[in-house]
Amino acid sequence: MPGVEGFMYPNEVELQWSVLIVLYPFITGLVAGAFILASLERVFHVVTIKPTYRLALLTALSFMLVAPLPLQLHLGHPERSLEMYFTPHSSSAMAMFGFVYLWYLMAVLVTEIWLDYRKDIVEMYHKSTGLLKMIYWLMATGNLNISPRALELDDKIGYTITVIGIPSAFLLHGYVGFIFGSIKANPWWSSPLMPVVFIFSAMVSGVAAVMLLFMAVKKLRKEAIDIHCVDTIAKYLFYLFIVDFSLEMLDLIHRIYEADESFRSLDFMVHSRLFFSQIVLQICLGTLTPILLLGITQLFKIRAGIRKAIYTTSGLLTLMGIFAMRWNVVIGGQLFSKSFLGYTTYKMALVTKEGLLVAIALAILPFIFLTILVKLLPPFGENDAHHAPQPAIGD
Amino acid sequence: MNVSRRYFMILVPAAAVAWESVLAGTPEDSPNYKMQDHWWGMLIDTPKCIGCGNCVRACEAENDVPEGFFRTWVERYHVTDENMENPEVISPEGGKHGFPAAKEDEGKYFFVPKMCNHCADSPCTQVCPVGATFVSPDGVVLIDQSYCLGCAYCVQACPYGCRYINPEKHSAEKCTLCYHRITKGLTTACCENCPTGARQLVDLKNPKDPIHAFLKTHSVQVLKPQMATGAKAFYNELDGSVR
Repeated sequence: MPGVEGFMYPNEVELQWSVLIVLYPFITGLVAGAFILASLERVFHVVTIKPTYRLALLTALSFMLVAPLPLQLHLGHPERSLEMYFTPHSSSAMAMFGFVYLWYLMAVLVTEIWLDYRKDIVEMYHKSTGLLKMIYWLMATGNLNISPRALELDDKIGYTITVIGIPSAFLLHGYVGFIFGSIKANPWWSSPLMPVVFIFSAMVSGVAAVMLLFMAVKKLRKEAIDIHCVDTIAKYLFYLFIVDFSLEMLDLIHRIYEADESFRSLDFMVHSRLFFSQIVLQICLGTLTPILLLGITQLFKIRAGIRKAIYTTSGLLTLMGIFAMRWNVVIGGQLFSKSFLGYTTYKMALVTKEGLLVAIALAILPFIFLTILVKLLPPFGENDAHHAPQPAIGD
Repeated sequence: MNVSRRYFMILVPAAAVAWESVLAGTPEDSPNYKMQDHWWGMLIDTPKCIGCGNCVRACEAENDVPEGFFRTWVERYHVTDENMENPEVISPEGGKHGFPAAKEDEGKYFFVPKMCNHCADSPCTQVCPVGATFVSPDGVVLIDQSYCLGCAYCVQACPYGCRYINPEKHSAEKCTLCYHRITKGLTTACCENCPTGARQLVDLKNPKDPIHAFLKTHSVQVLKPQMATGAKAFYNELDGSVR
């Protein structure tokens, strides 16, 4: 059989989960990571990253809106997807998706963004006319009260929601890791470390994405980049990456040392079908290189211009590495037979429902949402002196 | 039409055989079937399997199994002193049309029929997000086709590779233990068509079922016991190399 090596159980030859299911944990990871970055400022008072606070929240929301789409497109019967809400199966990790998603989207992200922007929304409502005025009125839910007492209350509730949001972000992505980690039939996935690795890799990808977006948006707007802010983000990215990489290595070393019945099969896969995506893209280019680059910026004094270039390169490599990690988990976990006697191949279609073009469209969609959100809800405080652009330091 | 005595003597037994065959294909109604009185499983007597593929063809015909997918299949193992940990296994088209002739060399060849193990603690049932797949009170793992989302989580969770997504219906399918037949007092299509009796439907709740004596007197194993799925496909004389 073409693409098959050794023996596969006959129903295993075709992969069930495609590139769309690779996108799903990648996107939710960006959401969780971006939110955690935002919460650093709000809850842990890391003041230097304040300029990214609103952008991080809007980024999280943009990606969150797209997160369920790959799953929906993957379903054989998407018209039945709401059954997960109406008749959830309590023993299923996947059944909890809808509730975790709704909780995170509505109770955490939307509420926090709304409370943070309410003053701006009301002000923009007063300034705008026509359709835009109506949109802002709807966004304000008709509540135009921005008295000091009301704003103080908004701030208090917003803080509480951020505090609740941190464990919720962990839950969102930890749950995605658990979906894979709890499948005992698949030794590539089955690991109690999987949710933890997913959480840390989520934070790494989300922080890298916001760092890149912040620099890109500032560049597009021809504004100076607050290098202290980016320095701080890069520092957090570096530390998070070290924890993430340590966890992944712990998992790897444990597998190699334990060398259970699946080891020979998985080892062969890593050295053959997953060599490029795992060893080259994920570990060498997507993990070790950015850690090294970021480490250099922590150890040596480097000019701001070069630092920015290093951060951009590291950020891009990080995102590629985390995407490769998701690919290796999802696709890699289906390339070998549960008999441990054979291997199959993933043939990605181009224009089918789960093909490459759809995946690219879904990857672009959050940026379209983000553009709209940034237009509607300016993240750099154009309407609020409190959020006025900081003068660039060291740039 | 003139029918001579000689022709009559030939026709009557032939007609009787034909009628018997018709009756065999017409399941009796069993309105009194009580699920709680049964706990179904399957005995697979591996030394008896000759790899003819009758079971695979019968299953396909009985259950409208789509091309390229299998509710049951037969594997042929070739184990030598050198490859005990990685035996050579083949299952061309699920063994539907039999197997190529074995090479006359060292080692042993044997066939292993595979199917859903109808696990009592089935991982596929555990992960289904809407409960479309479930264990019936008589111990058969079934799928409600009108409810299945087609997410394929159950396919990933099955350690035995028994499930697939039907490419036309877009929902999960697998062996139903011919539930439409066994509830009417018939046996499964694969059991009925096995020429050597290598497959036997068993009812663990029926004290008169020969399975009880068989289990006491034979070396019987389930596939992947380390998975602790409560598998109910019992394999007689299962070789240790079988995955």
